[in-house]
Amino acid sequence: MKIIIPVKRVLDPYTQARVNKQTQQVDLTNAKMAMNPFCEIAVEEALTLKESGSASETIAVSIGTDKTVDTLRTALAMGVDRAIFIKTDSELDLQPLHVAKILANIIKREEAELVIMGKQAVDNDNNQTGQMLSGLIDYSLGTFISKFDLSDDASSVEIGREIDSGIETRKLNLPAIVTVDLRLNEPRYASLPNIMKARSKPLETIELSSLGIDTSPRIKILSVEESGTKDRASKQVSSAEELFTELNQMGVL
Amino acid sequence: MSALILIELNGSDVSANTRAAITAALNLSDSLDALVLTNDASNASSVSALAGINTVKMIVDDALEHANVEVASRLIADVMNDYSFLVAGSSTFSKNILPRVGALLDVQPISDVCEIKSKNTFVRPLYAGNVMATVETSDETIVMTVRATAFEHSGDGGSASVETISASMPSANSEFISLQESVSERPELTTAERIVSGGRGLGSKENFALIEQLADKLDAAIGASRAAVDAGFISNDYQVGQTGKVVAPKLYLAVGISGAIQHLAGMKDSQVIVVINNDPDAPMSRMADLVWQVDLFDALNELNAYQV
Repeated sequence: MKIIIPVKRVLDPYTQARVNKQTQQVDLTNAKMAMNPFCEIAVEEALTLKESGSASETIAVSIGTDKTVDTLRTALAMGVDRAIFIKTDSELDLQPLHVAKILANIIKREEAELVIMGKQAVDNDNNQTGQMLSGLIDYSLGTFISKFDLSDDASSVEIGREIDSGIETRKLNLPAIVTVDLRLNEPRYASLPNIMKARSKPLETIELSSLGIDTSPRIKILSVEESGTKDRASKQVSSAEELFTELNQMGVL
Repeated sequence: MSALILIELNGSDVSANTRAAITAALNLSDSLDALVLTNDASNASSVSALAGINTVKMIVDDALEHANVEVASRLIADVMNDYSFLVAGSSTFSKNILPRVGALLDVQPISDVCEIKSKNTFVRPLYAGNVMATVETSDETIVMTVRATAFEHSGDGGSASVETISASMPSANSEFISLQESVSERPELTTAERIVSGGRGLGSKENFALIEQLADKLDAAIGASRAAVDAGFISNDYQVGQTGKVVAPKLYLAVGISGAIQHLAGMKDSQVIVVINNDPDAPMSRMADLVWQVDLFDALNELNAYQV
């Protein structure tokens, strides 16, 4: 069983996003970038399956400019077998529908039976790509998973889904796509020897233009603004009585 | 230019986020229909009572009790021929299904709409809500989820007609096994007027009971930071923040939460924020209307003992 793990390069999640008022875009110049945290969890799950002998090969895929190779090298250093880099000429505004179409192309070419990916990227917060991909290639879909148990014959997987009302358990027949939630596992760190080794692992580059996929934007960002958190005029209290008195006056009890 | 509302039911009740979706959709079209996928035809009654809905379209089949997303998305996409908009409240229910509907319709859906500027221009959050983007779509059919905290929840008082659509069930390659529901007598987190939220500062699952005690005293829902969830103090469905739930109650009382940006993103629109923490430099404190700088266990014991 081949596993494809799409990974995304995003602004480091512990960095505050800043808007460039001139370009009306989030300013990523010289910003610290990282692999989307949910993608790290997806990589970890794929590696676990490979190590247990359930998967024959793990393949990371990413789309972007040359800098995206860093993120693929991170996946290779964590332990995936090889990487596919879909190269774009410039910082294209690719939307989930485009990304899903590109990934659909690669999954068909690789005949991968399982796709493990993050439930959302922490930059655009769309939470769409896995679901859209499953619709395009008609794979069964399990979103927001915190449990993944492959059947002994690797024909199906039992998943636990983190939904608003609790945990839903479902069985998906393969081929399938799962999108992972935070509690599925703890991603490993790449060790120094593995970072060195990753440099010689196979990384195939495909020009996006060679795939013949329409990437004209469906959504145009007209403007962006920082909404951040506004500091409030904090008033100190020092007892339960004082707190309850204040809350009563505010009319929120 | 009709709009279709995808109804999410909690039992037989229409969810609060669906009510927000109706309010939002009335900015897009004055002709709203509702779509219900269910195994129980009697669910039509709560939906036809919704104000603002013309026709309730019911698809009733045993297979829809815990519908497969593969089946649900196909059925919805087939109904969309007659509509220009598909609107649902943001939740794990809609976020599971709507993007797949989008793919089947070759449409780019719009997630977590917070404001409707025009029929094709919307405001939505990026970067955990630290950036708000105004986006314009060129799709002919518009598929969106809306934030329940950003729109009024529409009420009842309607008398929509009910129409049953006979649809053959598409084949599915997955099946429902079980649902382990988080049972709580307390108000539901995303619609509660008051929330008591605990962080890593609580130190253990046992100590989290102090939060529950205070929540009961205030008739409040319980929330938690991701750190508290990761530490196993409480299950993930109580998580407030970028990857959990977005809330905007009248009162948000944060106990032992330092305030990572991902958490602040989920609660910054609360009307009154109270922070109980012994660290005056915690980012959470800057967000507070009221700060009690104290050992949180002393504070919880005093609050729980206080006669209101």
